[in-house]
Amino acid sequence: MADESLFEFLHLEIVSHIFSQQSGKGEMDNKDRAVCISVLEAMGFRVGQGLIERLTRDSPSFKDELDIMKFVCKDFWTKVFRRQVDNLRTNHQGTYVLQDNKFALLTQLSNGKQYLDQAPKYLAFSCGVVRGALSNLGLESVVTAEVSSMPSCKFQVVIQKS
Amino acid sequence: MSRQSNRTTDNKKMSSELFTLTYGALVTQLCKDYENDEEVNKQLDKMGYNIGVRLIEDFLARSTIGRCQDFRETADIIAKVAFKMYLGITPSVTNWSPAGDEFSLILENNPLADFVELPDNHNTLIYSNLLSGVLRGALEMVQMAVDVKFVQDTLRGDNVTEIRMKFIKRIEENLPAGEE
Repeated sequence: MADESLFEFLHLEIVSHIFSQQSGKGEMDNKDRAVCISVLEAMGFRVGQGLIERLTRDSPSFKDELDIMKFVCKDFWTKVFRRQVDNLRTNHQGTYVLQDNKFALLTQLSNGKQYLDQAPKYLAFSCGVVRGALSNLGLESVVTAEVSSMPSCKFQVVIQKS
Repeated sequence: MSRQSNRTTDNKKMSSELFTLTYGALVTQLCKDYENDEEVNKQLDKMGYNIGVRLIEDFLARSTIGRCQDFRETADIIAKVAFKMYLGITPSVTNWSPAGDEFSLILENNPLADFVELPDNHNTLIYSNLLSGVLRGALEMVQMAVDVKFVQDTLRGDNVTEIRMKFIKRIEENLPAGEE
């Protein structure tokens, strides 16, 4: 059973590696940053898919979209980020905002506004995890994260209607 | 199935799976980015080193272990305390060299490689090479230069995973360079 801290160490190093790989070719511009973010997000996506599979192996199927989102906010978030989402809001038209006031991957970074500009790097993977989980539950989505004051974080999920 | 009673085990298992899956995603990504297995092994070692130099502080803070008297004690601490704390396994320490400067860690099962299978075109890939770097980096921070190698790997068909560790030298505290 791997210790929780191992994932945090690994995650930090992965972010660092992906970014230094890209910037090794000179100055980092917005396009390079976007590439790094999307690589991290894609990694998270695969991990999210794997995790949700194991978690819901024996569960009954979900009633509807809201049921799935509640599951993500409670059971999935607890298993992956060790707490529940503090606040779930929706416009009942496919957009959800999940607010976590003490997001596990941000608590070590800062307690407030310091390093705010660095936060997106450390959220890309988690956005991917959420997107991957939803994907395997039958919901295609776009997941973005917004931070105004660490470690509080809002994940915005927009379900794509096929 | 009783969910309540298994909650703690489930939680640990899930964070373990998060780690294992993330590690797998990392190796997959590295295989995509680098042309050959040798390069991937090097990158894993380098990343492991970066993790190790930080992990040692976490370890020392949580384990309250004092300074080891000799390499044998170091080996025991690594196997019985560190591996147990971080990976939940206790490898055995064997195959000591006559000079007492080299030993093997034998892992019956390797949590990093749960559910992993190496495809045929990657037979020189050392999947768990991150561990080599972690051990090397961590020990460097406690003034020990070591060489770490995987000599057996269950992913490559061996019965066990064997990590060979060799003591190179004691690292003296470096004084700032003089003006010469």
